Amino acid sequence: MNTTRHNPLLRAMALAVFVFLCAQTALAHPQKGEAVGFLTGFRHPISGLDHVLAMVAVGLWGAQLGSPAIWVLPVAFPMVMAFGGMLGLMGVPLPGVEYGIALSAILLGAAVMFEIRPPLGFAAALVGFFAIFHGHAHGTELPTGQSALLYSMGFVIATGCLHALGIGIGTVHRWDWGKRALRAAGALVAVGGAFFLWKAIA
Amino acid sequence: MNYERNSRLPLYAFVAFAFMMYVVPAQAHLNSTGMGSLYDGLMHFLLSPEDFVPVLALALLAGLRGANYGRRALFTLPVAWFLGGLAGLSAVTAAPHPFIAAAWFLLLGGLLAADAKLSMRLTTALAALLGLYHGYLNGTGMGQFGTAAVALLGLVFAVFVLVAFAAAFVVQLRVQWARIAVRVAGSWIAASGLLMLGWAVRTR
Repeated sequence: MNTTRHNPLLRAMALAVFVFLCAQTALAHPQKGEAVGFLTGFRHPISGLDHVLAMVAVGLWGAQLGSPAIWVLPVAFPMVMAFGGMLGLMGVPLPGVEYGIALSAILLGAAVMFEIRPPLGFAAALVGFFAIFHGHAHGTELPTGQSALLYSMGFVIATGCLHALGIGIGTVHRWDWGKRALRAAGALVAVGGAFFLWKAIA
Repeated sequence: MNYERNSRLPLYAFVAFAFMMYVVPAQAHLNSTGMGSLYDGLMHFLLSPEDFVPVLALALLAGLRGANYGRRALFTLPVAWFLGGLAGLSAVTAAPHPFIAAAWFLLLGGLLAADAKLSMRLTTALAALLGLYHGYLNGTGMGQFGTAAVALLGLVFAVFVLVAFAAAFVVQLRVQWARIAVRVAGSWIAASGLLMLGWAVRTR
């Protein structure tokens, strides 16, 4: 706590985050749809609970596993998700997208619930595999007429923020009560995933 | 102590009053100074993510490699940008190709995420290429030569400042997690590039 308060870098970063969150639409360029592109891109990953559950679970799992998984998993997910999004944008079909998304929440939630500690490569591959489904769903649902660049940046930044949220919550892992709370959160994510799987099948 | 501080108050008030009495016209609209184009160029760069983000990625990459790389990027990139811009000013037109824009994001973001150990020569070449390409594109869209040259100067100045700040910020980072955070930012830039590539294919 004291370390955070006296670390100038952390204070500067907290200030920067605050400023970014307070930012208004600049409207400095006359091109239509640019700012709209960023905001729609940013909103897209956080608009569906199934996506949110899986992305937060990635952060939770990374925090449980510790270094280097704590940053490898949140790097792997957006990268592979963007690849899935690219496939979706190109019109490359991917079967069972909704099942894949629901399964990702179930398995990632279960991994957090049981504190599963696989080798780093396996964890990254698992996260990356499911990220393709999330990205593909976003890519095919993309609205037309948006600014590609700003939309993409908003989309990726929002995904990263969700991972960061999971990592932030996951820092309670250092305490015994926190470990139990994390496992309970994992169970909740898995239950949420089961609900979405049931919805996809029904 | 408090008494001493309070006793200076009238002096401060007098100085402030004198300054207020001595005001000159603000020239906030820049018409009279002729500096409007300079700020146009500066703001154009700061508000154009297609220009801003690759420069930021290159500066962060150079900063990760150390102060010498940062210095090289600091001078190579703005000079190349200026030369490219001058060439663009005398060109007819050139439209930015979406595939190339995506490729810059992918390349520089990927190198940054991987913390690639590039040689100084390769870093210089990347900076020169980036500057020439983006400077040329900026130059072609700037219109009249007189004001455009001033705008180009403002743009190059903004590039210089961004590279200086970003590279210096990363050079002084010693904590491991902070350097990792920079690499994570690189992965986000690369991921954005992948999505842009998909967009480019979709809208082709």
